[in-house]
Amino acid sequence: MQSYSHSHYLAITLITTVLLLGSTQAQATEITPASMLANSCAGCHGTDGHSPGAIPAIAGKSTEFIETALKDFRSGNKASTVMERHAKGYTDEEIKLLAEYFASQK
Amino acid sequence: MTTLSRRKFIRLAGAAGASSVLASLGWGLSGCQKSAKKARVVIVGGGFGGATCAKYIRRWDPSIEVTLIERMTTFSTCPFSNAVIGGIRNLNDITHNYNALRQKYGVNVVHGNVIEVDPVKRRVAMEGGMAHDYDRLVISPGIDFRWDAIEGYDEATSATLPHAWKAGTQTQTLRDQLVSMEDGGTVIIVAPPNPFRCPPGPYERASLIAHYLKENKPKSKILILDAKEKFSKQPLFVQGWEKLYPGMIEWVGSNKGGEIVRVDAQAMTVYDKFDTAHKGNVINIIPPQKAASIAHTMGLVNNDGWAPVNQTTFESTQHKDIHIIGDASIAGKMPKSGFAANSQGKVCAAAVVSAINNKTMPPPSYVNTCYSLVSPDYGISVAAVYNIQNGTISTIEGAGGVSPADADDVFRKKEAEYAVGWYQSITSDIFS
Repeated sequence: MQSYSHSHYLAITLITTVLLLGSTQAQATEITPASMLANSCAGCHGTDGHSPGAIPAIAGKSTEFIETALKDFRSGNKASTVMERHAKGYTDEEIKLLAEYFASQK
Repeated sequence: MTTLSRRKFIRLAGAAGASSVLASLGWGLSGCQKSAKKARVVIVGGGFGGATCAKYIRRWDPSIEVTLIERMTTFSTCPFSNAVIGGIRNLNDITHNYNALRQKYGVNVVHGNVIEVDPVKRRVAMEGGMAHDYDRLVISPGIDFRWDAIEGYDEATSATLPHAWKAGTQTQTLRDQLVSMEDGGTVIIVAPPNPFRCPPGPYERASLIAHYLKENKPKSKILILDAKEKFSKQPLFVQGWEKLYPGMIEWVGSNKGGEIVRVDAQAMTVYDKFDTAHKGNVINIIPPQKAASIAHTMGLVNNDGWAPVNQTTFESTQHKDIHIIGDASIAGKMPKSGFAANSQGKVCAAAVVSAINNKTMPPPSYVNTCYSLVSPDYGISVAAVYNIQNGTISTIEGAGGVSPADADDVFRKKEAEYAVGWYQSITSDIFS
């Protein structure tokens, strides 16, 4: 019964919240340094890395995969067309932020 | 893309005066506002900059009401319009609508002409009587042409000697003229001086026209008459032309008489600054450019005809709470491209959302990548990564640059595939 009343209470809270704020009054998402960097990638890789075409999708790839790939593009260890030119524009820290951002996308 | 009506536009410089004139015109009531939201943003211009900005504001903060005003109900992209001219795409393939912005992101998309902006009442008035109040205004109006720059070439003449530099009707006109042209004809492309929309565009256009002519009218020629002495990705374009279309494309720079000063549309002849005549069967004139007229009437431009902005937030340096993005703005080292406008639209969205929520925006980052098709299987690119250095959008040293000169066919084909992939991605980032 404890769990029932808890979820019941939660439901009422949610309904109240919706009534108070209106259905379009969702919370603002924090604008993170990672999203400022990652939004540039969307121009070729699609919104949040969901590419619909020939350019590889990067949403949901592992942090390690993306981080390693970007560093290898940057050093020239991994052959690329344009990615070598892009990867050279980012520091190790920025690459880590980008990798974590795209890894966290569903 | 957006040409806004200049009718009854009031120069914002005399703000107090503008406000009283507006009151006398009866703009006191706004019948179009529904409810008081946290904040209202109005965006004028639904192209690469404006539509992106609308979507990203709503993604970050759905409690902000966003109204996007665009003259046209659909949007045809300049990117890949050269593919339509070359016959490898249809106009439909490059035409997008605003359904997703409306339905998925809750953007209030309104179609019509802006006739007045009142910066004191913070109100945008539209033809037909609707008005939209704003807390922040973003304008992404694109370019207009300097119709006074070439003698004998004006908007009316452009119906027969198309510029095709705003995608749509003119794109189809130029395509149809190429289809009607007889084998052995000369196609003239008049290329504009810097700065202008899409620096590699005229040369990609020559390439894809050559691709069509080589297969269908192989005795024909293309003459590019250029107001510049060099152009974007020049060595790569020239290398591709020599390989794919030997002898078909001739480029004449300004020092050799490439700068066209006069047009005789009746005689299908253009004259360079030495008064040498060049006769063409199809003539595509891409005129000198400036920020779109709305930026001029609002008093947002400098003496060169482009809009100076704070390059971190894209807020106009001339008017508080009015942001200007895309081709019309002066954005440091960034070119006037759809990619750049998309990148700027997101930074501007972040600046607007941060300001409304009293937050500090994280440091902006910008990217540009311009793919050009030399043929459907031969792509080249130029790329750059930018950040703010001393208040200016600057390239990050060591990054960016053009495709390698010594790349093989596999590399060029891969970049052609990525050009198509890029188009799918960026249009989905804006319109879906």
